[in-house]
Amino acid sequence: MRFKPLLTLFLIVSFAGPLFAADTIKIGDINSYKNLPAHTIPYRNGATLAIEKINASGGVLGKQLELISRDDQGKPAEAIKIAEDLFSREEVSLISGTLFSHIGIALGSYAAKNKKLYIAAEPLADALVWAKGNRYTFRLRPSTYMQAAMLAEEAAKKKDVKTWATIAPNYAYGKDAVSAFKNALKKLRPDVEFVGEQWPALFKINAGAETQALLQMKPQGIYNVTFGSDLAKFVREGTLRNLFKDRLVVGLLTGEPEYIDPLKDEAPEGWLVTGYPWYDIKDSTHQEFVASYRKKFNETPKIGSIVGYNTMMTIEALLKKAQSTDTEKMVEAMKGLDVNTPTGPVHYRAIDHQSTMGAYVGWTTVKNGTGIMVDWKYLDGKNYLPTDAEVRKLRPN
Amino acid sequence: MMGELLEVKHLSKSFAGIQAVNDISFSINRGELVSLIGPNGAGKSTCFNMLNGQIKPDKGSVRINGRETVGMSPDKIWKLGVGRTFQITATFYSMTVLENVRIALINDAQKLYSFFARTEKLYHEEAMNLLEQVGIVDQRDRLCGILAYGDLKRVELAVALANNPGLLLMDEPTAGMSPKERVALMALTHEIVKTKNIAALFTEHDMDVVFNHASRIMVLARGSLIASGMPDEIKNNQMVQEIYLGASFT
Amino acid sequence: MSIYAVQFLIGLSDASVLFLTASGLSIIFGVSRIVNFSHGSFYMLGAYIGYSLIGDSDNPLIFWGGLFLAAVVTGLVGVLVEIVLLRRLYHVPELFQLIATFGVILVIQDLTFMIWGAEDLLGPRAPGLTGSIELLGALVPSYDIALIVLSPLVLVGIWLLFYKTRWGALVRAATEDREMVAALGVNQNLLFTGVFFLGCFLAGLGGAAQLPKGGANLLMDFGIIAEVFVVVVVGGMGSIWGAYIAAIIISELNAFGILFLPESSLVMMFLAMAVILIARPWGLFGKSESMEHKPPSEREDLTISGRKLPWNWGWLLLIAVLLVIPWFQIDFVMTLVIEMVLLSFFAATLHFIMGPGGMVSFGHALFFGGGSYAVALFVNYLQLPMSVLLIAGPAVTMVFALLVGWFCVRLSGVYFAMLTLAFAQLAWSVVFQWDSVTGGDDGIIGVWPTGPAEDKIVFYYLVITLTSLSLYVIRRVISSPFGFALRACRDSSLRSRAIGIDVRKIQWIAFTISGFMAGLAGSLYVYSKGSIFPTEMAIPRSFDALIMLLLGGVQSPVGPIIGGSVYTFLIDYITRFDYWRLLLGIMIMLLIVLFPRGISGIFSSGIIQRIKLLGQSE
Repeated sequence: MRFKPLLTLFLIVSFAGPLFAADTIKIGDINSYKNLPAHTIPYRNGATLAIEKINASGGVLGKQLELISRDDQGKPAEAIKIAEDLFSREEVSLISGTLFSHIGIALGSYAAKNKKLYIAAEPLADALVWAKGNRYTFRLRPSTYMQAAMLAEEAAKKKDVKTWATIAPNYAYGKDAVSAFKNALKKLRPDVEFVGEQWPALFKINAGAETQALLQMKPQGIYNVTFGSDLAKFVREGTLRNLFKDRLVVGLLTGEPEYIDPLKDEAPEGWLVTGYPWYDIKDSTHQEFVASYRKKFNETPKIGSIVGYNTMMTIEALLKKAQSTDTEKMVEAMKGLDVNTPTGPVHYRAIDHQSTMGAYVGWTTVKNGTGIMVDWKYLDGKNYLPTDAEVRKLRPN
Repeated sequence: MMGELLEVKHLSKSFAGIQAVNDISFSINRGELVSLIGPNGAGKSTCFNMLNGQIKPDKGSVRINGRETVGMSPDKIWKLGVGRTFQITATFYSMTVLENVRIALINDAQKLYSFFARTEKLYHEEAMNLLEQVGIVDQRDRLCGILAYGDLKRVELAVALANNPGLLLMDEPTAGMSPKERVALMALTHEIVKTKNIAALFTEHDMDVVFNHASRIMVLARGSLIASGMPDEIKNNQMVQEIYLGASFT
Repeated sequence: MSIYAVQFLIGLSDASVLFLTASGLSIIFGVSRIVNFSHGSFYMLGAYIGYSLIGDSDNPLIFWGGLFLAAVVTGLVGVLVEIVLLRRLYHVPELFQLIATFGVILVIQDLTFMIWGAEDLLGPRAPGLTGSIELLGALVPSYDIALIVLSPLVLVGIWLLFYKTRWGALVRAATEDREMVAALGVNQNLLFTGVFFLGCFLAGLGGAAQLPKGGANLLMDFGIIAEVFVVVVVGGMGSIWGAYIAAIIISELNAFGILFLPESSLVMMFLAMAVILIARPWGLFGKSESMEHKPPSEREDLTISGRKLPWNWGWLLLIAVLLVIPWFQIDFVMTLVIEMVLLSFFAATLHFIMGPGGMVSFGHALFFGGGSYAVALFVNYLQLPMSVLLIAGPAVTMVFALLVGWFCVRLSGVYFAMLTLAFAQLAWSVVFQWDSVTGGDDGIIGVWPTGPAEDKIVFYYLVITLTSLSLYVIRRVISSPFGFALRACRDSSLRSRAIGIDVRKIQWIAFTISGFMAGLAGSLYVYSKGSIFPTEMAIPRSFDALIMLLLGGVQSPVGPIIGGSVYTFLIDYITRFDYWRLLLGIMIMLLIVLFPRGISGIFSSGIIQRIKLLGQSE
């Protein structure tokens, strides 16, 4: 008898879910809301905003959209379990979300195995659509490869910078980011030389020692991939020890509000970065997005916000095109899907399921006590992807 | 040829510069029930722990049945046929009295490393016999963790007897018992020593017990052996009286 | 040459923050024997509170006063935790306090998030020390120099407190011998509260002092805890000097590691810890202590003595329920049940060494994750079939367990736990950073069952069958002569040796069996998920198993099953809420305070007794 209360509770919770299913199209949203809230909550806000807008205009296929958000605890195995739960009990039509690359890859593998649609919003790993790409996984945000290629193109224009050192967190994303930048830059500038690499453990940077080690290499250019608290420490130590003086520093993602805002007036100046200058984008759809976002959440948008918003825009366009929530039909509709977003038109490539959403590349400066990007331009993602032949080689089967 | 069962030569041990046991030598033969007495801190327990392998002597030698045991661990010394009871009882608190004895019997039969046998079916009779010998059959299903101190001493004795030892080392075997129980337990020990022709070395605070049962007495004071002899000789030894027994000696 | 000198200075200034935090943990452990896993949370709190107190002020008085005040406030929060929670737990086994402090971590995490928000906060700079000075031909931040000076000052302060005050003398006495202080008639509660204040004060000071070098963020707590533990264990638990020297050793190792082996940072630290513990089991300045396992305050559930097992029908019922689950054809229910079963299995393997064996491992995830990784690597590189790998996976972890166990069984108590933690972290850092082989944090994917078990229902039955069989084997072993010998070694190693039991050998074998079984659980787990990531080998996974045991009741043979199921289910359910960590943390604390014998304890003390009585009256 001792199992009875447990069992009863278990059965109630297990089977009650579907009974309350309403007439909506459900979207399962999985993200690391507890591990990296600074990055994931803006994402959810952006997504929520989009859903509200879509529903206010009558929804899709005559139904309202419903976003069911779940925290994956930063664990891939947990994310897979939640995906299964969302499909089997909540009866969602597709899943979207995730920031961490390894969780994205895990969900991609789950999607392929179970033949479910997964729209990866933020994970940057190249493998997600290439080496480990599959029929059921699509990605919105420009990948590591694309953003590194954009930065390399700009960096290559600085003819007098010939020796480079890199610093990146010691895990898959950092390694991808470094090798993508190296390859891209070498291709454009065979004369450059990479004189050293530093690999601090993620969120455990020993900034003083790393800075000193970089100084020792005497590079003309530094490629930075560190972010979050690592970046703050690195910038402080680097400034104090004159590491950045008279050097070209290139920072991947450093211009994104998530990373540059916390640095306030200590934000590095004169770095070449990818980021999101939401304050400076004149496009009216975008300005409308910024206004309604600020009104609703009483905060400024982050890159996560716009990615969340664009993800839901993608799903709306997808459902309109597929006219169905059948997975196979949705997958076919995703291939070559065109979406209009506040950041411009986005195209989901049929060949590798990568969207052509681009990135903003510019130079950092400090204005009114905040780091911002100036002299920026929006680079369309479609110009920074490998050729079709190369993609075919990268993708399995 | 049969030499002495236990032969100790020049045994010494110091802790942090304090000489706990200082160059003691003695030997014990089969059939002897020898008592080691001395005031608190005289080095009795240290001595026992060196004989049994818990403490490694600084120098000296211990031979059991002719085998040098210095440097051996207690479990190896046990294999030479040494049973031990402790001053502060050490039993398996989560097991019943019967199980405590049983596990010792199982190990003696070299069946400790069987992973699927049902323990409760092993050596029941032998275990019961031992419990009967020490007189705690009625307590057999009680956990040692809740047993009275005197009973624990009995359990320890039963456990120590499990491998038919040639040498029994008993550190205050009757502590916590009533005078009547003490006499009974020592009588039992005496009988076992005689019938099985083994040797026993014990420490004891109760002088009645010592003088009534020991066939020989050794006196330890400040780490040194100051006297050794028959009970009567010790009783009359001037030095022992002064140093150890003092006025309270009757 | 000067580069090395500069690097040495950097190491010294890093050591400073590490020392401040670690010394607090060491003091707390020394006196109260509490392994305070929430120490990192107090460090984090110190940073956040310091941030709020100092603000943008340019006044050095406000800055340094703010640091001090932040430490005081953190200390007071510590006092609150001690009075409300830990004080109720001094009489229960150390493990319970450990899990309680795990609850504290969760609560502080969510509260900090509620109060200060999600965004990383950039720390204020120290007024007057914002620049750098030229030293040995390089620029050295002046605040680094301040830090280098600060920690010896604190060290001297602690020394004066300990050696020149009566309170300090009592603390030292308590560190040497707890019973003695109790015998002296000292108010132990007051002493412990005071010590906890001091420990948390130092953690808070460490957190606040690092503000100018970084700031405050929500990952700080877990970020520093492993390092702090390494320092305390390497230095010798309870030794302040040890903490200072060890902090310098570890920091210099990091600083020079960056220069020579930039990719090996994590591995180096844990390798150093393992080596030092093997050579000096009680750390550099720690003293060996006799560690006879103390009898638990309440009697062990006697069912494991191998008598008639009253749970037999309960097992059968459970298996019957499990067998009909697939009939409902709800994929997720099957997934959840598989996870419950496998995590219970994992918890049971830990229970085997922890319950009957008395060996508390903090690194059991090494074998669980190890089994998963062994299978995943074999699949990835050799494409071996599942039938082979369900033997090969556990075989690999068995070899690990043989190696690790050989070192670990020489120790006991907290030191045993710490060495297992060191090995597990070593393995984790290798898996995490050796990405060319293991895929790093991207893990290994595509590890799905092969053969008949490709069908989910077949796989489900396979999991149930293998787990039931293994649990049956574990139970048989526990009631076998070997199991009795294992309990004998736990109850009294002195007595065990005196009746000829080779204690280390018995424990070594038990550790190996447990490692094999945990490897089997892990091997099945990887097939159930289709992928494996380093998180399955990390500290939280080891803790999951500990919490499950605690939830179920450590001394009960059914503890792991109940605990594993309830915990898995609870996590699945509770994570739907926004502040689930807060909720879970509070639940863990309540559970420990109210039901120290776990769920099975509630049953066996209440309901079961009544059922038994009913049975007898019939």
